[in-house]
Amino acid sequence: MSFLNLSNIQKAFGPVQVVKDFNMAIEKGEFVSFLGPSGCGKTTVLRMIAGFETPTGGSITVNGKSQANLKPNQRNIGMVFQAYALFPNMNVAENVAFGLKIAGKPKAEIDARVKEMLGLIKLDHLAERYPYQMSGGQQQRVALARALAPKPQVLLLDEPLSALDAKIRVSLREEIRMIQQQLGITTVFVTHDQEEALSISDRIVVMNAGKADQIGKPAEIYNRPATRFVANFVGTLNLIEAKVVDPVANRITIGDQGVTLREPLGNVKVGDTVSLALRPEAGSTAPDAKGDTALTGEVISSNFLGSVIRTRMKVGPAVISFDMFNSPGLVPPAVGETATLRFTAGDLLIIRD
Amino acid sequence: MKSSRLLAWIAIAIGVIYFIVPLIGTFEFSLRMRRGEYTFDAYQSVFSDLQFRATFGYSMLMALLTIVFGMLLVVPTAYWVRLRLPQIRPVIEFITLLPLVIPAIVIVFGYLRLYNSSSWLPLTNTTSGTNVLLMFSYMTLSLPYMYRAVDTAMRAIDVATLTEAAESLGAKWPTIMFRCIFPNVMSGVLSGAFITFAIVMGEFTMAALLNRPAFGPYLQLVGANKAYEPSALAIIAFAITWLSMGFLQLVSRFQKTAPLKA
Ligand SMILES: Nc1ncnc2c1ncn2[C@@H]1O[C@H](COP(=O)(O)OP(=O)(O)OP(=O)(O)O)[C@@H](O)[C@H]1O
Ligand SMILES: [Mg+2]
Repeated sequence: MSFLNLSNIQKAFGPVQVVKDFNMAIEKGEFVSFLGPSGCGKTTVLRMIAGFETPTGGSITVNGKSQANLKPNQRNIGMVFQAYALFPNMNVAENVAFGLKIAGKPKAEIDARVKEMLGLIKLDHLAERYPYQMSGGQQQRVALARALAPKPQVLLLDEPLSALDAKIRVSLREEIRMIQQQLGITTVFVTHDQEEALSISDRIVVMNAGKADQIGKPAEIYNRPATRFVANFVGTLNLIEAKVVDPVANRITIGDQGVTLREPLGNVKVGDTVSLALRPEAGSTAPDAKGDTALTGEVISSNFLGSVIRTRMKVGPAVISFDMFNSPGLVPPAVGETATLRFTAGDLLIIRD
Repeated sequence: MKSSRLLAWIAIAIGVIYFIVPLIGTFEFSLRMRRGEYTFDAYQSVFSDLQFRATFGYSMLMALLTIVFGMLLVVPTAYWVRLRLPQIRPVIEFITLLPLVIPAIVIVFGYLRLYNSSSWLPLTNTTSGTNVLLMFSYMTLSLPYMYRAVDTAMRAIDVATLTEAAESLGAKWPTIMFRCIFPNVMSGVLSGAFITFAIVMGEFTMAALLNRPAFGPYLQLVGANKAYEPSALAIIAFAITWLSMGFLQLVSRFQKTAPLKA
């Protein structure tokens, strides 16, 4: 049995079913992200783990122990909030010591632990500061230290970085990941930012309207989206509608251009529509581009984004967007030109919802 | 532009005259106890009056008790309403406004009907019972100010998230209330306290009808029977109010906490 188990979790607010049949098993020391759009129920699941909401069905166990009859203050679960939620009347050291004092630890032990925690977040020099005297990033690090100080069984973070600006967001997420690995603490991290989830997680749960659409390692989620929703939400995948020409030979057409897929089409008939996904970095229009498959179309936009050039091309009814690494020798296709995009047929994924 | 400026100054001048002149007049009159020279004799006479000391002390004590018990009622109520019952906030606001609308005399007659010597809870039978009743009347009177002051202070902190943060760290509700919520609404508690203090020190109706030796009835008594002392007392009463207001300003300035970002 896993360390943190969520089985068949349901949650309804009145008539509205917000979480439906949510299942997840998280191993000890694992870092799992809940990724999904606003309102899909990420916070609700997290709050059920913390005990702030009661599931209307299903069960939660931590370390083999059912959490059903435990109040939030009996669960020993650390929580970090988007709005920091430091106690404004306490300074940094007092905030970090709060949970330890509640637990009735002796003073010497509290002092030592506070010192250790402040060292971990590299804020030893700000122990006497009050929350309002610190930046958002510093406050969030204190909130992290405060949550970790009483050695919780599980650490929960609800969009802890979304109130911060882009630079801090990146450095702090790496810091959170490092601290998490250092302590080996089981962690659930909620975010709606796919890059954030992809960059720091052991596994990701992509949530859609209260359900887990796909659970997997970041690379699996990115490279092999299981549903149209995941394909749309994670990365900037192209979703292409194609018509089946020959189900046995895996032949389809995009617009009027024929393509042979690697992946078996399975149970479809001639004339059926299938959805295909193509990652933007899978193809190139450069003259030396490799690939067994080509699509030709009119370039409708070409944007220079620094390290990459993002080009959009019309192929029949579909618009395909692709990114090429910038290099001094590369001449990007001009708008209005006809270009040929080359890629490997294996990169075209069939999306079955 | 010019003329509107002039009008503004005239308005201010009228206001100043309206408020200051009577005050100066009162002050000046209070100094004239001894014929032909300005002295503080009236003040001396007031301060040496045993009844002044007794009633002043009594009202001070009542004010303190009112503040303590009032806050013990108001802070948890405002907290609970914000946290769990936000939908009934308008109802609570309405209830706390009632003492402003219902005259004190109506309230006190209501109390006398409910708690007289032949009622189910005969508070007025004993002196201490009447004192308790008077304190609760003062709490009622100051409710609009206390509730509003505390509720405003609570708006500045994210009560719900702070509570959850404390809970996830293992805190039970007394700890949350007294370590995490109370200290962060201290500015509201104190401003409510100073207003309450000013109200209780000057209150007449309730103390008189409950027949307790408070400062308000004493003011009235002196006013009806003496010449110079009432003016001195009026100035003293003003000074108390101003001191309260001054402290109120100080408190809101020296708040340790800046408002949290939402
Ligand atoms: N206490 C509540 N009462 C009624 N509905 C609620 C309550 N809490 C959440 N909901 C509803 O449940 C749904 C899921 O909310 P939740 O906060 O879990 O979303 P989320 O995935 O965290 O979104 P976001 O990214 O915006 O934070 C939303 O439609 C929300 O309106
Ligand atoms: Mg949320």
